[in-house]
Amino acid sequence: MNEGKVKKGKSFTRRDFLKGFGSGTLGAALAPKLLAQKAESIQTQSGEVPVYSRKQVKLTINGKDFNLVVEPQETLLDILRDKLNLTGAKKMCDRGECGGCTVLLDGNPIYSCMYLAIRAEGANITTIEGVAQKDKLHPLQQAFIDNDAYQCGFCTPGFLLVSTALLKKNPHPTLDQIKEGLSGNLCRCGNFAKIYQAIDQAAKTGRP
Amino acid sequence: MAKKDLKHAMEESNLWYDAFASDQTRHTPEGSSGNPDEKFRIIGQYTKRIDGEKIVTGSAPYTQDIKLRGMLIGKILRSPHAKAEILSIGLGAAQDLPGVKAAIPMNRGNIMYAGQMVAAVAAIDEKAAERALDLINVEYKPMPFVVTEERAKQDGAPQVHDDRPNVEERRGYSRGDVEDGFAKADVVIERTYKTAVEIHQTAETHSSIAKWQGERLTVWDSTQAIHAVRDDLAQVLQIPASHITVIKHYMGGGFGSKLGLSEQTVVAAMLARETGMPVKVMLSRKDNSLCVGNRPSTLQTYKGGVKKDGTITALGLLSYTSGGIRGGDRCSEPLIDVHKCDNVKVEDYNIYTNTGASRPTRAPGLTQGTFGCEGFIDELAHAIGMDPLEFRKKNYTTKNRGGTGIPYSSKGLDKAYEIGAKEIGWEKRNKVPGGGTGRFRRGIGMAAGIWWGAGSPGTQADVKLHPDGSVEAICGTQDIGCGTRTHMAVVAAETLGLEPPDITVRLGNSDYPWAPVSGGSLTTPSVAPAVRDAALKAAEYLKDMAASKLKVPASSVVCQNRKFAEKENPENTVPFKEVLRELSHEMVFHGERKGLPDGYAYNTFGAHFAEVEVDTVTGKIKVIKVVAVHDSGRIMNKQTAESQVVGGVTQGLSTALFEQRIMDDTTGRMVNPNLRDYKIATSMDIPEIVPIFVDIVDPLINNLGTKGLGEPPRIPSSAVIGNAVYNAIGVHIREIPMTPDKVLRALKEKEAGR
Repeated sequence: MNEGKVKKGKSFTRRDFLKGFGSGTLGAALAPKLLAQKAESIQTQSGEVPVYSRKQVKLTINGKDFNLVVEPQETLLDILRDKLNLTGAKKMCDRGECGGCTVLLDGNPIYSCMYLAIRAEGANITTIEGVAQKDKLHPLQQAFIDNDAYQCGFCTPGFLLVSTALLKKNPHPTLDQIKEGLSGNLCRCGNFAKIYQAIDQAAKTGRP
Repeated sequence: MAKKDLKHAMEESNLWYDAFASDQTRHTPEGSSGNPDEKFRIIGQYTKRIDGEKIVTGSAPYTQDIKLRGMLIGKILRSPHAKAEILSIGLGAAQDLPGVKAAIPMNRGNIMYAGQMVAAVAAIDEKAAERALDLINVEYKPMPFVVTEERAKQDGAPQVHDDRPNVEERRGYSRGDVEDGFAKADVVIERTYKTAVEIHQTAETHSSIAKWQGERLTVWDSTQAIHAVRDDLAQVLQIPASHITVIKHYMGGGFGSKLGLSEQTVVAAMLARETGMPVKVMLSRKDNSLCVGNRPSTLQTYKGGVKKDGTITALGLLSYTSGGIRGGDRCSEPLIDVHKCDNVKVEDYNIYTNTGASRPTRAPGLTQGTFGCEGFIDELAHAIGMDPLEFRKKNYTTKNRGGTGIPYSSKGLDKAYEIGAKEIGWEKRNKVPGGGTGRFRRGIGMAAGIWWGAGSPGTQADVKLHPDGSVEAICGTQDIGCGTRTHMAVVAAETLGLEPPDITVRLGNSDYPWAPVSGGSLTTPSVAPAVRDAALKAAEYLKDMAASKLKVPASSVVCQNRKFAEKENPENTVPFKEVLRELSHEMVFHGERKGLPDGYAYNTFGAHFAEVEVDTVTGKIKVIKVVAVHDSGRIMNKQTAESQVVGGVTQGLSTALFEQRIMDDTTGRMVNPNLRDYKIATSMDIPEIVPIFVDIVDPLINNLGTKGLGEPPRIPSSAVIGNAVYNAIGVHIREIPMTPDKVLRALKEKEAGR
């Protein structure tokens, strides 16, 4: 999966943290003590890295800002499902094998079960709940309905998100490009062939 | 009421399958309302799912997504040993952990496979529940085990069950005299086929939520069988069935692994009773690989005699099957039924191993049996130099039991042969298998399939009319992804002259009228006729009311375009809503799926045709195109029916090329209990798939002439790839999955002239 703009191995130094604080992302009224419980620091090649038992992060999810206190081991998927009740992303394998938990992070699909929430600080997240515009379905959503591009529907949110990212990057994909674009997601009912049709329809008629 | 233990309840909940498969003529004939031959407006067309928007917006509530106030998280501790005696279970430390509300033993006997449940906990969150599992102290006395079929068959292998041998004979089959048949044959050949254990790997892992309110229990369950879960749960918990409601809104795949009561449902109910709070138990991917069932492996040896003119004189099958600690699958049905033959003999054996119990897996027995039988039929044809399609046509029957039994109510397999052969371009195939040259070899093959799928007489449904003009269709069935919600709306709308979105469909609740489990391709031919019956009664009642408004006799009123109209004078109409406004209160019309006339065999049929390309350097098989032609009677909704076929083809491809559970003899554990190492087909493997329906209206089966379609597309879909590969490279890969190593080995053996 492409992780896009999020730098790999980004570590949260105390300086970064305070910088973030200073830029107003955390809200000045709250005392730092409540926001982060820093247990200790460890020394790494890139300097001193704080170790938190929990930390406040700011996320933009489906266009809304959230300030959330998260524990370091909590995945983005757990936060979405358990704390924000955004249950469209599914816990299918919980170890990055199936794509059922796919969400968009700054426009790029990620496995949210493999992405620590603490790492998503400042990110712009899109879940399936944020794909439709008010009452209007996204052309891909409509194309999935038109082509019956699902059966049990459990993997559908993941497929839809990865498809929106695909069409954004490549508005007119070939069949092989569609197949490759979907290769990180599993559909156990085996309706891939219908999903290709749906993406093709959306690419030809929609405004993805 | 005798208390059933969980093990027995679960076993029995799967037994229906055998009974169902063994006798199809037990029902008494009864007249049903409606005429199956009627021309329809919506039925049989393409109707989009009425719940599509819920699915694509992520708002469809799956069991996993449901949260109740004060809900605890339940987790199950499982045995790391394949066989062991449990000496003690220490729950004290787990119970003392803050946040833990209950820790209970779930097993006081012996461990029979690695992954079997031992104890369960309920805690305020995942983390506490997981830590509590770590604190449970179980003392095991490990015992000798055997986890592979080969070892279980050997003399002196550890015995899996105390009361029966590892290799156990089961009911066979015999007709005619096979020895006489073999003596009369020009050619007799013998071939052995092998299929691996397959895991369902449903997208949504098995999940349940239980909530008690006094004596009453409500369960939200990821299940294919709300009524069966209710009834079996009542027996296990020893409470009246009337105190239990089982709800299933949406479910992420079942394929048989959710057909009946599952252990996590019992665990959730027991933990909820213990704590007085709602409890959710959701299995992990690993649990789902070990403990919720699997498709049994098979080892099938066929012997067949054939005359040069294509007459099959005798067929024999020696079958070994392993479903772990439970029995395996009966895979003799294709051999017994599909092709004309007077002399047939089947010997069948179970092999027990210390692995998780089998459970029905989409077309149990038939998928494996068709891989063997249809592969063998191709080899028989080849043995006498006959085209495999001609050979099948020559041995076509219109009676079951290979032409020796009772007539089929309808059979469109001959048409499926014709349509499929044309669509794939049968004439392009290698006249001699393996006739091509070069690195990449193409081949075309076919396979036939048979299944039951008549539906369950006695299925109930209601149609409810409201004075405000709204209509409900209600049935205690479940939509497991096949589009049952939409079928119900289609049938009710068709009958009442409405459109599918006009119907509010209620299903997935065991308080609603009875419907069978959603397995065995039962749902559509059970539910659709019941809804039709109820809707016809409602229509009749409304036509009476409309008749007085239209000032014509009721017999000349028709429902169409959301109106009642005079048949001979379509301008004379009254709106549907206006008639319903006359109702002084809601009206409920009760419908039933009536019996099946005696003396006929009710079966579904299909023929698949495939083109493949084999890379002779890497041994990789690429499926290019699959044409899947099906006779499932009248199709209710082509939109969802095509998806069923596409899915069946894809799953068959996945089984044929990739899927296998791998057990480790030394540790007794499964080596690949995840979705990375247990390979299933991905988007990169999917061929062009062409679903086609013969669309014959069965005149006898029910008031709509419809048969089931759940299993059928899954039946020839692995076999057809084997036969296409045979046509491509001239050597039959007789073992699935047909992984590259097997293809290369077979090519090498062919080259060496073996």
